Amino acid sequence: MGPILAIDPLLEGKLLWTPLLIVLLKVLVVFVVGLVATMLMVWFERKVIAGMQNRVGPNKAGPFGLLQTLADGTKLFLKEDLIPDRADRFVFKLAPYLAFVPAFLAFAIIPLGGDYRNGNGGMVEIFGHQTRVQLADPPVGVLFALAISAIAVYGIMLAGWASGSKYPLLGSVRASAQMVSYEAALGLSIACVLLVAGTMSTSGIVNLQGSIGNWNVVTTGFVPFFIFVIAATAELNRPPFDLVEAEQELVGGFNTEYASIRFALFYLAEFMNTITMSALIVTLFFGGPQPVSIGSTTLDIPLIPNALEGTVWLLLKVLVFLYVYVWFRATLPRFRYDQLMDLGWKLLIPASLGWFMLLAAQRVGEDEGWDRVVVTTATALVLIGGYALMQLAMKVSRDNRDRDGASF
Amino acid sequence: MGYFGGFLVTLRQHGYKNKVTTEYSGGRVFRRKNRDDKDQKIDKPERLHGRHVLNRYEDGMEKCIGCELCAGVCPAKCIYVRGRDNDPDNPTSPGERFGFVYEINYLRCIHCDMCVEACPTEAITETKLFEFSFTNRKDAIYTKDELLVGDDGKPRHLPWEDWREGEDEHTSGWMRATAPSGDATFEGTVSWSGELGYGVRAPEPDQDSRDLEDN
Repeated sequence: MGPILAIDPLLEGKLLWTPLLIVLLKVLVVFVVGLVATMLMVWFERKVIAGMQNRVGPNKAGPFGLLQTLADGTKLFLKEDLIPDRADRFVFKLAPYLAFVPAFLAFAIIPLGGDYRNGNGGMVEIFGHQTRVQLADPPVGVLFALAISAIAVYGIMLAGWASGSKYPLLGSVRASAQMVSYEAALGLSIACVLLVAGTMSTSGIVNLQGSIGNWNVVTTGFVPFFIFVIAATAELNRPPFDLVEAEQELVGGFNTEYASIRFALFYLAEFMNTITMSALIVTLFFGGPQPVSIGSTTLDIPLIPNALEGTVWLLLKVLVFLYVYVWFRATLPRFRYDQLMDLGWKLLIPASLGWFMLLAAQRVGEDEGWDRVVVTTATALVLIGGYALMQLAMKVSRDNRDRDGASF
Repeated sequence: MGYFGGFLVTLRQHGYKNKVTTEYSGGRVFRRKNRDDKDQKIDKPERLHGRHVLNRYEDGMEKCIGCELCAGVCPAKCIYVRGRDNDPDNPTSPGERFGFVYEINYLRCIHCDMCVEACPTEAITETKLFEFSFTNRKDAIYTKDELLVGDDGKPRHLPWEDWREGEDEHTSGWMRATAPSGDATFEGTVSWSGELGYGVRAPEPDQDSRDLEDN
């Protein structure tokens, strides 16, 4: 096995039955929790957005309408399964799974809880074995999340392509262009976190964020966090970046030709990704399941055992970001396509790259013993110079376009 | 900060209790539990076209004279009327003839209100009720038994109809004759007959005083 698979102490030494069972149990729990969380997320989104629009939202199925998603899912499950005549049948059937499976895989590396008191470092004891409340903890965890979220593009792209129809194709072309553009900004803002944390393992990153002052959102200087949230919204195809399924222009976007359970899988994947992304934000920037502590005083939730407290903290922190995503959706109108590309390429990527260089320069300066202020000022000057050069380049090319008489 | 003002708007709305949603469930919850908090209806416009009623005079006589003008004008051909001579000793309507058979097929009726306009005696008018449905074709044909107003002058509440408080008022020909936005020469003039349960209704106030009332 070795360190590539996991640095979970559970799997060290000889492979025994109990660790295997624990891993299977974890897989089951993560899968079920993922499904239930998605179900509740759909309900949560509908309720919150209804509240923001002075409506009531689902309230008929079950208490407070909690079972509405289940009813919708059952209905979709029982519907006729249509495949268009001109579709590429195999790819058409494959695409929903390409969207659905990565959504769950990405959830595997999120630390879901643990005991962070008394220097336990997130370890809990199950059946006499020390383990983390996390399905897998590979040393390249963050990289894994990035890779998986990139794979999710294939699901959307192939769905649009295999439908054999125009609007889905247009939607999927938009999706791939958008995801490729924002992946860069997303990766660069994660790189800032990795630079500060010095590890790619998610549990390692969480362990470093003991108190609010140590949270990566503070140590990386807020900018990577904001870029990450914006880029993640685009990556999730959520409003205001939901050009992929812009109803007014593209009918339903990439999933126009999908019906029945295949549509449900896309839908599920979308909301699952939202949860995963919120959890990733919390993991990378807000200390994951670590209890909130200011300085040396750690807040304690009464009546809950230490081993479960991490999960509660994670839930609370994730809820904040889920709310923020719904809030975005209720507030912001959709971007135009060229605005989307402008924001991605001309603002987010240069900003995240510049901030990454600033952080890197400070690290080098620390190692070499240079003066912090001088390093920061010098880097900032270089960055401003670079930004001016970029503006100049853009202006020159705009002038050239104007002279050539291009219409855009 | 224009961008961020929008975030505050939505956040503030989330806290408010003023929901615009009406919790309507088609009368099911209302009938079963007699609770209207989970089965609200929005107020209907006063001049909405709903199911018909056959009106009666103050002394209980029927207004319908069996002239079949309503049946003739009906674009959907959903009204069937047969007239018959009144029994001189025990007349049903004040006049020579009365509507002996009166049937409206609600599977055909389009609620255009033309029968009401055609009626010379304000016998047929429309209520504001449209929440009634049937499980077979026979039930869809309303006969005189169902259409004629009761002894209190109000429409009959049939078991499959969803009547609520106040919905059976303002059903007579008086409603359409007193439109206050109409010609000023008709303001304050009574040009309608009396009816069972209400007598001769007073004319509605003119537009100006109604405007004052609204403000």
